[in-house]
Amino acid sequence: MALIKIKRGFDLNLKGKITQEEVTMAHLSQDYAVVPDDFTGIIPRMEKKEGDTVAAGEAIYHDKNDEKIKVTSPVSGIVKNVVRGDRRKIMAIVIEPDGNHDNYKTFDTKENPKVLLLESGLWPMLRQRPYDIVPNSAVRPRDIFITAFDSAPLAPSLQLVLGEDKKYITKAIEVLSTMTDGKVYLGFPTHYIIDNTGAEVNIFDGPHPAGNAGVQVAQIKPVNKGEVVWTLDIVTAARIGKLFETGKVDYSTTIAVTGSGVKVPRYLRATMGCRLQALLQDNLIDDDNKPKRIISGNVLTGVKENIDGYLHSPYRHVTVINEVNKKDEFMGWASLSPKKYSIYRDFTSWILGGRHKEVDLDAKLNGGERAIVMSGEYDQMLPMDIYAEFLIKAIIAFDIDKMEQLGIYEVAPEDFALAEYADTSKLELQRIVREGLDKMRAEMA
Amino acid sequence: MKALRNFMNKIKPHFQQGGKFSKLESVFDGMETFLFTPNTTSRSGVHIHDSNDMKRTMITVVVALLPCLLFAMYNIGYQHFRAIGMPEASFVQMFIFGLLAMLPVIVVSYVVGLGIEFIGAQIHHKEIQEGFLVTGILIPLIVPINTPLWMTAVATAFAVIFAKEIFGGTGMNIFNVALITRAFLFFSYPAEMSGDKAFVMTDSAFGYGAGTVADGFSGATPLGEVATNVGDTLNLSTSTLDAFIGLIPGSPGETSMIAILIGAAILLITGIASWRVMLSVFAGGLSMGTIANVFATPTYPASMLDPLAQLCFGGFAFAAVFMATDPVTGARTKIGQYIYGFLIGVFAILIRVYNGGYPEGAMLAVLLMNAFAPLIDYCVVQVNINRRLKRAKAK
Repeated sequence: MALIKIKRGFDLNLKGKITQEEVTMAHLSQDYAVVPDDFTGIIPRMEKKEGDTVAAGEAIYHDKNDEKIKVTSPVSGIVKNVVRGDRRKIMAIVIEPDGNHDNYKTFDTKENPKVLLLESGLWPMLRQRPYDIVPNSAVRPRDIFITAFDSAPLAPSLQLVLGEDKKYITKAIEVLSTMTDGKVYLGFPTHYIIDNTGAEVNIFDGPHPAGNAGVQVAQIKPVNKGEVVWTLDIVTAARIGKLFETGKVDYSTTIAVTGSGVKVPRYLRATMGCRLQALLQDNLIDDDNKPKRIISGNVLTGVKENIDGYLHSPYRHVTVINEVNKKDEFMGWASLSPKKYSIYRDFTSWILGGRHKEVDLDAKLNGGERAIVMSGEYDQMLPMDIYAEFLIKAIIAFDIDKMEQLGIYEVAPEDFALAEYADTSKLELQRIVREGLDKMRAEMA
Repeated sequence: MKALRNFMNKIKPHFQQGGKFSKLESVFDGMETFLFTPNTTSRSGVHIHDSNDMKRTMITVVVALLPCLLFAMYNIGYQHFRAIGMPEASFVQMFIFGLLAMLPVIVVSYVVGLGIEFIGAQIHHKEIQEGFLVTGILIPLIVPINTPLWMTAVATAFAVIFAKEIFGGTGMNIFNVALITRAFLFFSYPAEMSGDKAFVMTDSAFGYGAGTVADGFSGATPLGEVATNVGDTLNLSTSTLDAFIGLIPGSPGETSMIAILIGAAILLITGIASWRVMLSVFAGGLSMGTIANVFATPTYPASMLDPLAQLCFGGFAFAAVFMATDPVTGARTKIGQYIYGFLIGVFAILIRVYNGGYPEGAMLAVLLMNAFAPLIDYCVVQVNINRRLKRAKAK
């Protein structure tokens, strides 16, 4: 066990935190959806058509390039709708539940672990580096990294989300250990730990993004060219353990509903892919002057959705913030008000310790997009041995050699999320990194 | 504010595509975003953004330059009234004279520079970049006060077009735009740029403060005196303390160490400028100054200056605080910033002491290191790359 201190990064103290740990049942969702975009790197090829019945745990599509990787339905019911977007891209597969909780696909736990993982549909919940995609089933990873906490703003306590299922962790580590020649690492925060699981335990002390698996990999054993590692969170690990103990995939999940736009931030119990309506019903603050932004996930990496949208992977967090707190702010850039929040010292809020006070941030850009001018801003938010700004420039220029040399294999878009928040030039860093990874992957294939 | 907002909303359609003034779209956008923080919200990626943007960053630098600007106005008046034999003129008179003397330069610098920026933004249908806000105030502070306005205009236009716009605008330039303006003047019109006549305004400003130059007056800067010094000892009319306070002839912004240090404090407290660069420029200057002083020789009179005086005289401190710290043209890696700053300090004193042609070396040192900054960063980043390669091989 090692204690790893992380200095770079920042904990944004946002309004709308959960104060009680009680978990209540969510409203019933009228339907459920699987969103293919949640599983980066998989091109869906449907196994079920509209109108087909599916059992919970039954595959609804597989990867076009690798039939073995399957995505499964979280509920038993009928495939109601396959929503398609531009060029017939599948945006979502909507399943209407039939309420039959016994129609559950069970798996043979004696099966080869890898086959079982692929068949069960838990495989797409893993990620691999390089490229931050669903792992290639043909490659054996060097190591497997499990993060046991989510350090993003307003994120749920994974210890609480895990709940009783922590008893399955040992089983999960046992199973995952068979899939790598290296080690299985577990990264804990300072406030809780599950010991004697068979995994190599590290404790991370520091601000966000310390909870990102990628940051933990970078601190322990960075990914080199030609190597592959898997990353997952401890909740997914528990699901894997449970599958291998019980033969069933558990699609139920605990979700943190947070943010300044909800009346009572709280934990809810629901099923993956449920409607956000079921999670937010009667809990949204109604204010016609301040439209809300509903985010499935956290404010840094989440997906913007409307109230009719669905809960996205990793199925544990919903945040609601105001779209615009104050319209038409007069010369906001010249403000001397200590209430104007910034993590930088050229605003006055820091003098009274405002950087760490609770704040209600809206979705405004607070400026226009510019070329990179200030130096070192990204590095300050990225605890990796990487020259972030040089990497971003190499990606923009699509200089493959430079990208490789500067460590593109080690990063995922989420690692740049905090830098994107802090960026004076307001560049879309996560989009840039995602596109860089995709192009790189296409180039290397 | 509501009325202003409504007015802006009303005239906005005229400036959009197809409107009467669509050629001024970028200018209107610039004005609008200047007056009101845009309501645009994030479309992709993170859903929240920090309040800090380029406008805030640039305006903070302008604020940091204000002490220098105000002191420059006072000092121009002070020097003027001394030159015309009226040292008893009041503080207000001196300040008003300086204000009148500097105002045209500031106007010319902003009108020419921003004009080109506006046109460039419009051609590319882009938002106006804020970079020139700072450059526009730096230029009047580093161009000698007696420079004819048309020269300043030509030099500013040259610098903005050839040192910035052709590279892609703010954030893309290789050389510091304000220093290119000065260098252009320095090499194109050497007669007007140096010597005793350049730095003290003896004419009236808009008819204010007219008078004839007193007998025996010399407008030489301390470094000018040093350069022409003959003999084994330095005979200077200015002490290091004078230079620290700043009531001496020189380029408007550079004379007062006190005003510069106030600016430095603003830049460092707000975290806008890199303390690494600033500190290492002074460290470099002090080191080279000490070396030169240890091997002092009458052949190079500036070597006889004590190292602290080296830092206070001329444009050294101004360059260290406001020029070297320009993040765009400087080194961008932390280790690179130490090297970059240190070498600026060394070269500034090296040129000043051992190159008889140039009494001051700060401007050239910064420009030289601007050219080398990418190389320094390249080497620093290469260390990181090599570490990564080694790690990959070691497995």
